[in-house]
Order: sequence, then C-alpha cells, then structure tokens
Amino acid sequence: MLLEYALVSGLLFGVFYALLASGLNLAFGMQRIVNLAHGDVVMLGGFGAWELYYGFGVPPLVTLLIVVPLAVAAGFLLFQAVTPRLSRSDDPEMLSLVLFFGISQTIEAAAALTLSNNQRSLPSSSLAGHPMTIAGQTYPGTLVVSAIVSLPILAALFLYLYRSPLGRATRAVMADPQEAAAVGIAVKRVSSLSFGVSLALAAMAGVLGIFLFGGASPSEGVGLTVISFAVIVLGSLGNPLGTLVGGVVYGIAYELTQTYLSSWADLVPYVLLLVVMLTRPSGLLGRSARRA
Amino acid sequence: MPEQTDPDPATPEAVDRGTSTPAADVPAVDVPAVRPAGAAAGSEGTPAAGSKLGSQRSPRSRGTLLRWASPFVAVAIPVALFAVAPKLYPNLLFLVTMMVYVVLAQGVNVIYGFTGYLPFGYVGFFGVGAYASSLAILDTGVPAPVGVVVGAAGAVLLGLLLSPLLRLSGAYFAIATLAAALAVESVISNPSLAGITKGPYGIDLGSVYNARADYVAGLVMVGLSMAVVVYLRRSRFGLALRAIRNDPVSAAAAGVDVVKERMLAWLISSALAGAAGAVFAWGVSVFYPTAVFGISTSVFAIVFALFGGVGTAWGPLVGTAVLFGLYQAIGVSDPQYAQGIYGLLIVALVLFVPGGLAGVARSIRRRRA
Repeated sequence: MLLEYALVSGLLFGVFYALLASGLNLAFGMQRIVNLAHGDVVMLGGFGAWELYYGFGVPPLVTLLIVVPLAVAAGFLLFQAVTPRLSRSDDPEMLSLVLFFGISQTIEAAAALTLSNNQRSLPSSSLAGHPMTIAGQTYPGTLVVSAIVSLPILAALFLYLYRSPLGRATRAVMADPQEAAAVGIAVKRVSSLSFGVSLALAAMAGVLGIFLFGGASPSEGVGLTVISFAVIVLGSLGNPLGTLVGGVVYGIAYELTQTYLSSWADLVPYVLLLVVMLTRPSGLLGRSARRA
Repeated sequence: MPEQTDPDPATPEAVDRGTSTPAADVPAVDVPAVRPAGAAAGSEGTPAAGSKLGSQRSPRSRGTLLRWASPFVAVAIPVALFAVAPKLYPNLLFLVTMMVYVVLAQGVNVIYGFTGYLPFGYVGFFGVGAYASSLAILDTGVPAPVGVVVGAAGAVLLGLLLSPLLRLSGAYFAIATLAAALAVESVISNPSLAGITKGPYGIDLGSVYNARADYVAGLVMVGLSMAVVVYLRRSRFGLALRAIRNDPVSAAAAGVDVVKERMLAWLISSALAGAAGAVFAWGVSVFYPTAVFGISTSVFAIVFALFGGVGTAWGPLVGTAVLFGLYQAIGVSDPQYAQGIYGLLIVALVLFVPGGLAGVARSIRRRRA
C-alpha cells in the first residue's frame, strides 16, 4: 500500500524531474558548458508563474507557453555574448563553470532583492483542483497534471532532436563541434539556440515546480541545479532518453526514502550523485564522464 | 692576469693601472670586460669603472637578498599587519573573519591555483572544522586552541573520505564537492542526530569565549597559510603540482607521483579550511549549521582568490583584504547585495581579467619592461 504509493508518485515525480534536468543536459552538450545557473532559471520560471497569475490572472498552463520565447531569446543572447571570450581562454570548461556560478549568484541575489525573499506559492486549484485517483489511491492533482504535461514537452524535445534538421545539427554539434563546422553547420548559431531551448525547458519546469516544490524561493536554485545534475549523471550525460530514466530512478528513490526514512530524504540527490559519479561514471545508459 | 685581457694597453691610464696598482680600488679581476669601458671613460677611469661595477653587481646581490628574504616577508608582513590592525580598527570579529577568509582563499589557491581542481563545496571543510572543534571542546573539554587542531584534523578526515573525488575532472569534481558539502550539511543539521551534533539548533561556545586568544589563533593560521603557499611557489612539490595542473600525463612521465602529490595538496587545502572553520566558530561562539555551511562562504573564498590571482602568494591575501574590506566599508546590511555584487564580479573577472589583480600587475610590468 505504502510501497505502491511511493512507487507511483515516484514515477510521476520522475517524469517531472526528467523535464527539470533535460535542459541542463542539452546545455551540457553545447561545448561542455555546465550551466550552474540552471536551477536559478527554474526558480525564475516559478516566480514568473506567480507574477503572471496574481498580476494578470494568467493560468500557469498558459505561462508554460509564455516563458518559452522569453527564455530562448535570453539564452541565445547570453550565449552569443559570453562564448567568444570564453573560447579564447586556455581553460574554457573551467572558466564557464566559474562564470555560470557567478551568473547563478547574481540571479539569486537579484531575485531576492526585487521579487521576494520569502517562499511564494500558488493555490493548487490554479493548475488542478481535485486530487486524482489512480489504481485505488489518491494522488495530488498537481502532481498528476505536472507529469502529464511534462511528457509531451519531453516528446517534443525528442522529436526536435531526432526528427528536425535543426535538431540533427544540434546533435552534430554535441558530438563534435569541429566536425560539425566542417560540414557547414553554423555551430555558434545552433549552440546559442540550443542554449536558449535549454533555458526554456528549465523555465517550464519552474512553472510546474512552484506546485511540486510547495512554492518558489530565491535560494532554491543551487539545490535544484544539483538535483538536475544528479539526474543527468544518473541517466548518462548527453543522452535525452537517459535523462528520462535518470529522472524516474531519482523520483522513485526519493519517494521511497521520503516514505520510509523521511528525515534523510534530502540526502538522496547528493548521495546518488556521489555514488554514481564514483562507481558508474558513465551513467545508467553509457557515455563516459570520467576523464582524469 | 688582468693585463692579458686588457684589449687597449696603449691607453696610458690603463697601462698604468694594470701594472702598478692592480688593487687600487677596483677588484676588476672578476669582470674584465668592464675595464676597457672604464678605461675609455677618460682620465678618471677608476671611479667610473668602480661605479659601473657597483651598478652591475648590486641588483644581482639585491636580487638574491630579495629571493632569500621574500618568503619571510610574505609571511611576516601579513601577520604583522593583522597584529597591529586592532589598534587602528578595534572590531575584532571583523578582523578575525577577514583572517579566516585569507586562510580560506589561500586554501582555494592551494587546490585550484596549483592543481586546477575547483572545489565549489570547499565550505564543507570549513563547516566540518567548525563542528569538529566545537564538539571536541564541548564534549571532551579540550582547550580551544587544541580545538582548532581538532578542526583541521576533522577536515582532513573528510578530505580523505572525499579523496576518490579527485578521480573526477573539471566540472564533475566541482559539482561533486558541492554535493558532498550539501550532504555533510544535511547530515549535521538533521534533527535525528541532534543528540550528537545538536542538529539544526546550533552550537554555543560561550564558555570558552576569548576574543584575544582567538585573534592570536587567526594570526597563526594566516602565517601558516602564507607559508604553505610560499613553500609551494618555491619547492619541487609546488612545481610538481603545477606540472600536474598543466598536463597530468606528461607530469607522470617526468616522474611525478600524480596521485600522491595531488592528494597531499588536497589534504593541505582541507586542513586549512578546517582550521579556519574552527577559528571562526571560536570567534563567533554561537552559530547554526546554515552559518558555517552557507554556500556563500565558498563563493567568497573563490572570488577573493580569483580576484587577487590564483597561483601567486600575495594574490589571495590582497584580494581578500580589498574585497572583504570593501564589503565592510560599504556597510552592506543586506547580504543579498554582497552576493549580487560578488556574482557580477565573478562574471566580470572571468570575461575581462581572468588572471586577477596579479595578472594585471604582471601585464603592466611586462609592458613597462
């Protein structure tokens, strides 16, 4: 009974976690940038949903669409602005890490100063009022709806990557930027656009996250980045299908701990991340992460 | 002997000097090439030659003196400055915190500046040091200075535990240490362990509070951290670390024990952070897990080190003094302002001055030369 509940809610959360992490995964594919501001973009998505709901009465499901063009544009411009300087340095990967760390801190501080220092939440009725029953057990409506909404977004990402010309170019750049450039792909433009898409995924996850995390607060970014990183490492870096697997494994592990050892549940992402990195660095589905 | 090297025996002064008064006042034996110039300078050949010799030799001797003295200077000056600082600015807690950040920035310098590993979770060692020392003081009653040593030892233990992370590279290492720090914090602040760690309810060291003694502990740590970095700058060990940083495979091929040396640097760096945490805990005397595990401590240490310039002895010290002093001078009441300013500063540093202040100084010197 308890076990069944933990497994199903873990699965539902897992689909959402896959959405949460997929943006980070896509960004990582672009010139190995670890976007440490990922969690902060998620947080901004949550605040966006709050502001639009209380300011203009926009339902969160509509906000989900509104944030996409904004995030794509922001990501595109940011990437165009910083990468030329980064790629001129001797250690671009390390510097990009430090750079995005700085951006993350800036976003967090700016959000705390201008939006609110406290947690903000939306009434669950604005997404899904009623709890839903699956196989005889009731689950929060927001959780079920979030999972149902996340699936088509993930499917769209998959179709974009594997069925569209732009997605094919994106995968080519992820595999090898130099080769991609050699066959005539506009590497910089494709990378910038993908970075924008990755931020859009993060912001969409944030809109749903304000319900699933019980609210949005400026300081949640770092923790969310680590969770997302745990999910993509779990599922193996650079592999969109792996992210889905990683998300589900993470979701179930978290819910099981929450059910049986609730005070230790916060440790799950960190321990999972460390264990996977050290014992199975290539993730559950392949490609190597460890190089030293 | 000098006569043989004289190319211009026809000049009377030269001949005269060479034959009659070889030891007049110029021990020209060791630098024969100077003599013709001195001789050609005119009738008063000897003083001219003498001054020329002097000007040639003195920078060399001053250089060796500097080389010999500079490590002591690099340790003595910061310690002396901090020792007199309370006379000028009697806010001891601020000065102790600044010293703590000097030690932390040097610790980041040791591991990032010399080996290229960037630990975002560096604060984990700081927090463990604070807790190890406090619990030792409270539970076993050791004197507070011993507590500082225990703090360093606790952090070294954590460093050993986390040493497999050194197998990861670049971003993976950075994020794994961050996860480790968050994990340690969530263990220590877990209410289930409140019997041992006091969980989220914090630590009260009021019984051993002694601001002056803590200040001395801070001075010792500043001196030690400077000494460590100076040693790394000048020793084979430091050279080996930099070789590993540049290219681990070539370093190994050249006979550097990559795993051992890297591990040593990692443990030194964690010991520095642990001791810093202990000094901080003793200084503030009442604190909560969030105060010693806040990610902003990592941010500050990294920013200070980068701002001053990593891989140098003075960079992190100057970076901390300038930025942390600025922080106090502005009188930032809201920590978010500082966080935002430092965030932007990181961005600006990475994009425009990746070498920090030391890099700027170096390029100015090079342009002038």
